[in-house]
Amino acid sequence: MLLKKLTEASGVSGHEREVRNIIIDEIKDYVDDLKVDKLGNLIVFKKGKENPKKLMITAHMDEVGLMVIDIDDKGYIKFTTVGGIDKRILISKPVLIGDKKVPGVIGSKPMHLQKKEERDRAIEIDSLYIDIGVDSKEEALKFVNIGDYISFDSKYTEFGDNLIKAKALDNRVGCSLLIELIKEIEDVSFYGVFTVMEEIGLKGAGPAAYNVDPDICIVLEGTLCYDVPQIDTHLIPTRLNNGPAISLIDRTTIFNKTLREKIAEIARSNGIPYQYRKSSMGGNDSGKIHVTKEGSITATISVPCRNIHSPTSVMSKKDYENTLRLLKAILNEYKKGEFISGIQ
Amino acid sequence: MNIKRGNLLVEFNSKLLKELVTTYGPSGNETNICNYIKEQIKNYVDEITVDNLGNLIARKKGNGKKIMIAAHMDQIGLMITDIDENGFLRFTNIGGVSPFVSLNQHVIFENGVLGIIAMEPMDDISKLKLSNLFIDIGVKNKKEAESLVNIGDVCVYLPHYNENENTVFTSALDDRIGCYVAIETIKNIKNYKNDLYFVFTVQEEVGLRGAKTSAYKINPDICIALDVTGSGDTPKAKTFAVGLHKGTAIKVKDNSILTHPKLRNIMINVAKENNIAYQLEVLEYGGTDSGAVHLTREGVPSGVISIPTRYVHSTTEMVSKKDVLDSIKLLVKLLENDLDI
Repeated sequence: MLLKKLTEASGVSGHEREVRNIIIDEIKDYVDDLKVDKLGNLIVFKKGKENPKKLMITAHMDEVGLMVIDIDDKGYIKFTTVGGIDKRILISKPVLIGDKKVPGVIGSKPMHLQKKEERDRAIEIDSLYIDIGVDSKEEALKFVNIGDYISFDSKYTEFGDNLIKAKALDNRVGCSLLIELIKEIEDVSFYGVFTVMEEIGLKGAGPAAYNVDPDICIVLEGTLCYDVPQIDTHLIPTRLNNGPAISLIDRTTIFNKTLREKIAEIARSNGIPYQYRKSSMGGNDSGKIHVTKEGSITATISVPCRNIHSPTSVMSKKDYENTLRLLKAILNEYKKGEFISGIQ
Repeated sequence: MNIKRGNLLVEFNSKLLKELVTTYGPSGNETNICNYIKEQIKNYVDEITVDNLGNLIARKKGNGKKIMIAAHMDQIGLMITDIDENGFLRFTNIGGVSPFVSLNQHVIFENGVLGIIAMEPMDDISKLKLSNLFIDIGVKNKKEAESLVNIGDVCVYLPHYNENENTVFTSALDDRIGCYVAIETIKNIKNYKNDLYFVFTVQEEVGLRGAKTSAYKINPDICIALDVTGSGDTPKAKTFAVGLHKGTAIKVKDNSILTHPKLRNIMINVAKENNIAYQLEVLEYGGTDSGAVHLTREGVPSGVISIPTRYVHSTTEMVSKKDVLDSIKLLVKLLENDLDI
């Protein structure tokens, strides 16, 4: 299954090759042009009916992870974070290091030995280490080197009522949706862009947008979902199973009102459930894309993911299917020509 | 409005400023203010375009260098993110919005719906955050609220325009006062030397976004931004050598730019030669459109004419009429200069 293959691959920001190769294998027979740019963005073009407004659909390939910064005399690995990681989730997690995917476990002082004050607060990353089962630096260096990327080791699992648990749902879910669109949509021109290094500050998206120079861009994402019953409704950004989440605003973009209303209208007229992303926190590739060159109008459509940026993110297959339906309906509308009025 | 050539005596156009600050236009929703400004200037410019993001670009054709004059037309606002069962609205900020300034203020939506901002009970008001505040639009339930306001709609502080002999105080002077300076300059300037692009930018308050794309499009040789700055002349204010009634402010730096020294010196010399009162501005926070423009493409020598303003981002910002007139005089004289840098 595609999402299983994508989420179990390692693709920490700056090291997206494994994910990119999976994507290339999936789509190469379905595109009219395919290139990898200097930063590693994968840019493809599907040729079909032309629309005067150039459309680009993007999903970032990278995931948050860790990187080796030092190996101590006993062979324990010290590490730093790549992208936004909550240090409280790290302890006791299995990881895979480097291209050889050397298995390791994140260790810390056992709770029995911790002082009360230590137990009351999250352990600093400085005090954590990765155990790869060796007992000297020399031995460790046979498997691991400084600068190696580290990703969480987490198997794709389906559970409950149509739910999926996996790592890197942010944003392999977007990659998977874009792959399916590229495979299934045959009769309209658009650019598909799989970007690099989103999680460390939207690095890949600007150069990719500079290259494509779109008029309209749709960014596909996995986004935060926190729908526990104890909190007030206005503090819930998205809910699982309520359908694709359309962004209003985040730290990097005020999403174009005409475009997001058009998308909501397409959802309604096709009987597809949708919700608004009721949080202004975070940011995504749109932040760079919409201000590149002379600017473009952008929208973000996301699949809600609980426990985002952790090895055990959770999403709903129903949300995935509804997001895919919505995207196909949007492309169907776009194919008709005049997609939205009001842009110059 | 008239301008007597020679001494550049400009009368203060209260009507124009009042209309500017009372026209709706939060970041990302600048259509109304854009249309208003377009009406004011259309008979005085050679070309008008609106780009993808909504920047209004008005050109007064000339033969020399391309000069971009940028004033942002957006204002801070509040975007509705949730409507509860009883019809109370929750919101997030668009631009720099203080919860303390917002408490108990009136707001207005694009469609004219009014509301007030109130807060949940709090034990310690110093911990007040925007998420503790809500907007009451005086409805009985969610259904009634949804007939007036949608999630994603944006409201602004209800403007109250007031003035006395010396000052104007109202919300949205940031940066409708810059728009005012640009419009008055467009209407009055005659002997300009260069090719002028007056840009009324969008989305400055959320990170200089409109300036970035419009500068890319115009590809100017020089940029002059027009915006408010703070003031250091109120009781116990942080040290800042800019105050009201002391003239237009020529920016040296803020957090987004170190202004181009040659352009800055021309600005100073032009002010001196024309007896225009000015002060130098070294701002230790904030930024404006020049910050984005000067890094566009291969780089653009940029400066800023600032209008000293008290209580920026509150419901009652205050400027000196004389400082505003000095700012117009300086801009007109600058654009009559060759600007050889």
